[in-house]
Amino acid sequence: MSISECTMCLLSISEDQNRVLLNFSPLPSLSSPHRNRSAFPAAQGEHLHQKMSENGALPLRGKVLTVDTMNANVKKVDYAVRGPIVQRAVQIEKELKEGVKKPFEEVIKANIGDAHAMGQRPITFFRQVMALCTYPQLLDDNKFPEDAKNRARRILQSCGGNSIGAYTTSQGIDCVRHDVANYIQRRDGGIPSDPDNIYLTTGASDGIVTILKLLTAGEGRTRTGVMISIPQYPLYSASIAELGAVQINYYLNEEKCWSLDISELQRSLQAAREHCDPRVLCIINPGNPTGQVQSRQCIEDVIRFAVKENLFLMADEVYQDNVYAEGCEFHSFKKVLFEMGPEYSSKVELASFHSTSKCYMGECGFRGGYMEVINMDPEVKAQLTKLVSVRLCPPAPGQALMDLVVNSPQPGEPSYQTFIKERTDVLSALAEKAKLTEEILNTVPGISCNPVQGAMYSFPRITLPERAINEAKAKGQAPDMFYCMKLLEETGICLVPGSGFGQREGTYHFRMTILPPTDKLKIMLNKLKEFHQKFTQQYS
Amino acid sequence: MTKSNQIRFTPEILRKGIHGDTMTENGCEYRERVLTMDTMNPNVKRVEYAVRGPIVQRAVQIERELKMGIKKPFTEVIRANIGDCHAMGQKPITFFRQVLALCSYPDLLEDGKFPEDAKSRARRILQACGGGSLGAYSTSQGIEMIRQDIARYIERRDGGITCDPDNIYLSTGASDAIVTMLKLLVSGEGMSRTGVMISIPQYPLYSATLAELGAVQISYYLDEDNCWSLDISELRRALQEAKKHCSPRALCIINPGNPTGQVQSRQCIEGVIRFAAAEKLFLMADEVYQDNVYADGCKFHSFKKVLFEMGLEYSEKVELASFHSTSKCYMGECGFRGGYMEVVNLDPEVKVQLTKLVSVRLCPPVPGQALLDVVVNPPQPDEPSYDTFIKERTDTLATLAEKANMTQEILNQVPGIKCNPVQGAMYTFPRIHLPPKAILEAKEKEQTPDMFYCMKLLEETGICLVPGSGFGQRDGTYHFRMTILPPKEKLKIVLAKIKEFHQHFMAQYS
Repeated sequence: MSISECTMCLLSISEDQNRVLLNFSPLPSLSSPHRNRSAFPAAQGEHLHQKMSENGALPLRGKVLTVDTMNANVKKVDYAVRGPIVQRAVQIEKELKEGVKKPFEEVIKANIGDAHAMGQRPITFFRQVMALCTYPQLLDDNKFPEDAKNRARRILQSCGGNSIGAYTTSQGIDCVRHDVANYIQRRDGGIPSDPDNIYLTTGASDGIVTILKLLTAGEGRTRTGVMISIPQYPLYSASIAELGAVQINYYLNEEKCWSLDISELQRSLQAAREHCDPRVLCIINPGNPTGQVQSRQCIEDVIRFAVKENLFLMADEVYQDNVYAEGCEFHSFKKVLFEMGPEYSSKVELASFHSTSKCYMGECGFRGGYMEVINMDPEVKAQLTKLVSVRLCPPAPGQALMDLVVNSPQPGEPSYQTFIKERTDVLSALAEKAKLTEEILNTVPGISCNPVQGAMYSFPRITLPERAINEAKAKGQAPDMFYCMKLLEETGICLVPGSGFGQREGTYHFRMTILPPTDKLKIMLNKLKEFHQKFTQQYS
Repeated sequence: MTKSNQIRFTPEILRKGIHGDTMTENGCEYRERVLTMDTMNPNVKRVEYAVRGPIVQRAVQIERELKMGIKKPFTEVIRANIGDCHAMGQKPITFFRQVLALCSYPDLLEDGKFPEDAKSRARRILQACGGGSLGAYSTSQGIEMIRQDIARYIERRDGGITCDPDNIYLSTGASDAIVTMLKLLVSGEGMSRTGVMISIPQYPLYSATLAELGAVQISYYLDEDNCWSLDISELRRALQEAKKHCSPRALCIINPGNPTGQVQSRQCIEGVIRFAAAEKLFLMADEVYQDNVYADGCKFHSFKKVLFEMGLEYSEKVELASFHSTSKCYMGECGFRGGYMEVVNLDPEVKVQLTKLVSVRLCPPVPGQALLDVVVNPPQPDEPSYDTFIKERTDTLATLAEKANMTQEILNQVPGIKCNPVQGAMYTFPRIHLPPKAILEAKEKEQTPDMFYCMKLLEETGICLVPGSGFGQRDGTYHFRMTILPPKEKLKIVLAKIKEFHQHFMAQYS
């Protein structure tokens, strides 16, 4: 930092302090301790100010927006899936390109559920329709199957000016919402779904943040508390931090395959009531990062708990087609809720989320998604519709893609066979990789891994030697961050440390996707095995 | 469910009272909703967004009624409420769509029907995508190659002033980036709460976002009598007043103006920059209409360029974020939600925070990013698609210029409607004089007078406009915003109908 930059910082602080003095009101959230604050009192800052403006030029000017003056909630946001380890991975990739020698030739990104980046091919039918929607002149091309053309025509007819470049209604294209509702109805064995309760979104993340935003209110002890699982997908903790809501942790039971215990929900709720107003319970099923698939029984218990404790339910079901383990089946919260009878189905407020990014599609880049809201207060729904209208609309290509996911080729249509083959291949490869990952990791002493029942991740527990833990602490790193960073530097494998998702104190994990192609995955698992053994040796 | 005979003094009970939720019937507790108007986020309740407000909802209803065969004095609803070019019949640029189709379905790269330049753009974009697929997440800041292309585009636009790709953030339309920057800027409580200066009239994204973030809106008025120009003395007045109750930290400018259609002079931009420097304000320049300049003698000057031409004294200091999008100009590709912002002089530590913040949402839509890339990297003179591209772009912009002119001319013929020239952007924001009787009747209906007017216009003619009150206007004045986007022939009819309606309305209420 140069001297002039340094004084600029000081000036902005001194002005803040003047403001404080004038207002007689402290700035608790704003005043993150500044390195130099105690050393240079306000008066000195003012003195500098006068001196600097003498040369007739502009008064010396510190930045308006600094880490001291910025939104304090944003500072608290953490998102490990794209955190420091991933930034380092990007750097290493650049170094490799520049010819820097490393003990490996490529970085393997097993940090994020990004299926296409890991070589998964898009579903042909989906991309044909997307191309037709984008460049409708292709509708005259006889290379495209009739069912693809029909879908494209139908989507375009419901777009303004028949162009995917027009804004859509803010809630999403009418015909797409109808198709989504029909899909949910089929999935849930005929339980009706109202297209008016469907909101298309920019990926599922967007829907989740929007609902959390609606729910956040109150101050101090009445501030909204949101129950999230630990481990969790960090979108939740990040959004809660940004909104200034209160995060309420309930721990999944690692010993029982990351299952959810109602007694643990009860415990964490009781504890939270001391300091906030718990109003929401978030569930991720199948689990991210933990890969468990909830039993029907468990879902019923959660719903009973939500009713008893007056909680709004948020069900993150983006991995609903990613179920691999025998005996496991996906049950939607909506279906279970309605099968429990009107006593529940007429009461429980539920928002469930889905996306084009996961399952067999893996179309993350299109940012397609939807949410269904159940039992939402009609006035609040009007507010929700208003709120989403400010951002105009979710991306129309993502909406079109969502439509294809919920309205895929049917038996008798020309693309049916290919579609089914592609889908089955993707899902069975994932199932195979889920198994492979669990098996190989569990052969490593010091790594213990629950079955990957669903989703796309393994979240094994790693035993770290005392000395490694101490060295990490000396570096100011979480021990599993220290481990993952070393793994990255030595093998090029990019994982996310468990601390980014939350874990019980004193336990360490990492999240690894099962997405690399089978051959590469095998190599990666073996490298991991080798690394872990070496690491354990080195630090014991 | 054994809770009913036991009262715990939870915050919820303290709020609702002991009897609020303990009624039991049929062995099952009576249960209030968790999320109600009383318990929801109060900031969200304050959000208003007129461009898609009640009048547009009514328009949708009317369209349904027409479909059901209900007789109306018109056969279709004409939506002149929103800058949605394609919906109004504007054709997409062929080259853009070819490249996007190739990116979506790369098997088409083998197809002889597509020009080579489209194919090479598509290959280049796909190579920059994970796994060569538009379906992979991109880095959160946006695909690096596209950020480099944007930086070069900005450099060309600004006569060589350097642009660092690291300062470019791709976004989900410009709206997304504007909200993100405002979010970063909002802090403090009470008198130290961030105040944000916005023009009146304004594009309601700003007021809506400020409400949602709980920031303080500071209104400065544009000068309607001087073609909606911006007066530094008015900025000063607004700022001085605001300093009494908040901490003004940002100044938002929309140029060319929405909804007012003015194009700022270089002189004016310099004045704004000096003001921002002197008053320590973060500048936000919404420049999404940068190619939409129609009036003779008007020219678009980017804030970045003017800032850097004012010398180091300014260019090293003033913090600026400028915004652009694929939705306007000659592209009109709103549905793709493509956009970017460039940040200048942003504190490096804050930049790290910004990058972290955008990473939570993973990435902007990749098709929108790809589209933006072709916008900043269009066909060149020696490429096969060049002639068609130039023709399509020129046609679109020439038609818009013609419609801008026509709108102003016809509206100004109507007694009681007065309209500034549409120098740029896509809207006219004429002032309408409403008779006292109409104002009274509106007030009885608890409507703003211009909402009353627009609603009547919609019911009688099928024309959907947005009342001026949705954008803000000086007390006692009334306006509406109308896009100039309907096809020429239709626009003529719209304007004639408005004329007729206005005369009829005046007669009825005087």
